Amino acid sequence: MADVITFYTLAALILIFGLLVVTTRNTVHSVLFLVADFLAVAMLYASMNSLFVAAIQVLVYAGGIVVLYLFVVMLVNLKRPPEEVRDPARQTGLGGVLAGVVLAELALIAVANALDPPATDAASSTAGLTEQVGLALYTDYLIPFEVASVLLLVAMVGAIVLARREL
Amino acid sequence: MMVDQVVIPALKILIVLNAVLVGVTFMVLLERKVIAWTQARLGPMRVGPYGVLQPIADVVKLMTKEDITPVKADRWVFSVAPLIALIPALIVFAVIPFGPEVSLFGRQVALYITDLNVGLLYVVSVASIGVYGIILAGWASNSKFPLLASLRASAQLISYEVAVTMTLVSMIVSAGTLSMVGIVNAQESQQVWYLFVQPLAFFIFFVGGLAETNRAPFDMPEAEQELTGGFHTEYSGMRFALFFLAEYANMIVVSAVATTLFLGGWLRPFPNVAALSFLDLVPAWCWFLAKTFVFLYIFLWVRATLPRYRYDQLMRLGWKVLIPLAIANVVVSGLVKVLL
Repeated sequence: MADVITFYTLAALILIFGLLVVTTRNTVHSVLFLVADFLAVAMLYASMNSLFVAAIQVLVYAGGIVVLYLFVVMLVNLKRPPEEVRDPARQTGLGGVLAGVVLAELALIAVANALDPPATDAASSTAGLTEQVGLALYTDYLIPFEVASVLLLVAMVGAIVLARREL
Repeated sequence: MMVDQVVIPALKILIVLNAVLVGVTFMVLLERKVIAWTQARLGPMRVGPYGVLQPIADVVKLMTKEDITPVKADRWVFSVAPLIALIPALIVFAVIPFGPEVSLFGRQVALYITDLNVGLLYVVSVASIGVYGIILAGWASNSKFPLLASLRASAQLISYEVAVTMTLVSMIVSAGTLSMVGIVNAQESQQVWYLFVQPLAFFIFFVGGLAETNRAPFDMPEAEQELTGGFHTEYSGMRFALFFLAEYANMIVVSAVATTLFLGGWLRPFPNVAALSFLDLVPAWCWFLAKTFVFLYIFLWVRATLPRYRYDQLMRLGWKVLIPLAIANVVVSGLVKVLL
């Protein structure tokens, strides 16, 4: 029962903060709501006993990436809301279709889960432990892990090339 | 049941929070005294014998001063920023192990608030939230110098965080655990302080700690000559005091974490020499506090001795010296662990 209350409270918080992120006029406030949102997500992980994932969520997203967002938003002023612009390259139709696909996928997962609940085995209580995460990452999910690393490396090289025109 | 799960944790939190806050006020006095002695002055002498009551006078002064919010400031963020700076600095103490389990009034009590199995990650991730306080304070003041100072501060924090986190990775390799209590226990069973196993990691951690707490010689964010007062120029009264509290609480955090990781936490000196076992007569938490105090003293000593770095020197030191060294240290620790 306590689990259910925790879950729905956190879920509601996550949704509220998420809405505030996209509806707030002031960009800095919007970034702050994003931090709050990430912290709520971290709490959700912690409530599911995945302390490792929760700590990484705070360290990487709330404490790392969003700080850089904040830098950009602070330096690229600012308090005046941007003028109305019509972006000629805006793909409204395609965006709508993509949103529909994601929504359909989520609905499908929700229905499938409701019909056939996934087994909650005894091991799931230790699934969030650091050792388990490490083992899974370096055995079962080695290839996705390496692909993600290469992707990050490409992004890094790209950033350096963009930042320094003549190498 | 009720006592073990509610009363004792609540008491521990109360004691630790109060000890930290009182410790902070007296750190301020100690800092003024130590710097005065270094410069052949007396320091505060008026309030109480040798000025020992100065912190109380300071607190009363800060609490009764007018709290000013600049007209052009972003009121909401301006008032939240000091809290965002202070709260992470305080909640880190939840995982600091002050001592082992002891029996107190016939009850087994652990001298730490909690022992998370990801304790070290908790410390790093909570500390990474504190930087928001500084950035937002500078931005919300809507004033030039605080904004410049907060940009400096956050660039510095982010850069040095990488090096410090990397040294922590090599400590995890040595100890084989992320739990703060587990790290002290590992030092006990390996019969050595990790200071002697990982001297390079210790050096990087300490330099990074100085930079992350914005202390001299890395106190560019508060360089008075260039930036008037730093990111908190527009703050006054109690809100300014909260930033002050956060900075000193962070110093205590860095010292306590360094003690836990490198100086064997609550263990007595030379845990491997049986002839010194009479030292065990001193309670374990006293050793912890004594070692933490040594670090805090070094913080003050460094401030009194070294001149400030230039900003580009600071960034070069961080990115081109400390981070490569820290990464090399991780690789070497891993190799040693695998091969030996």
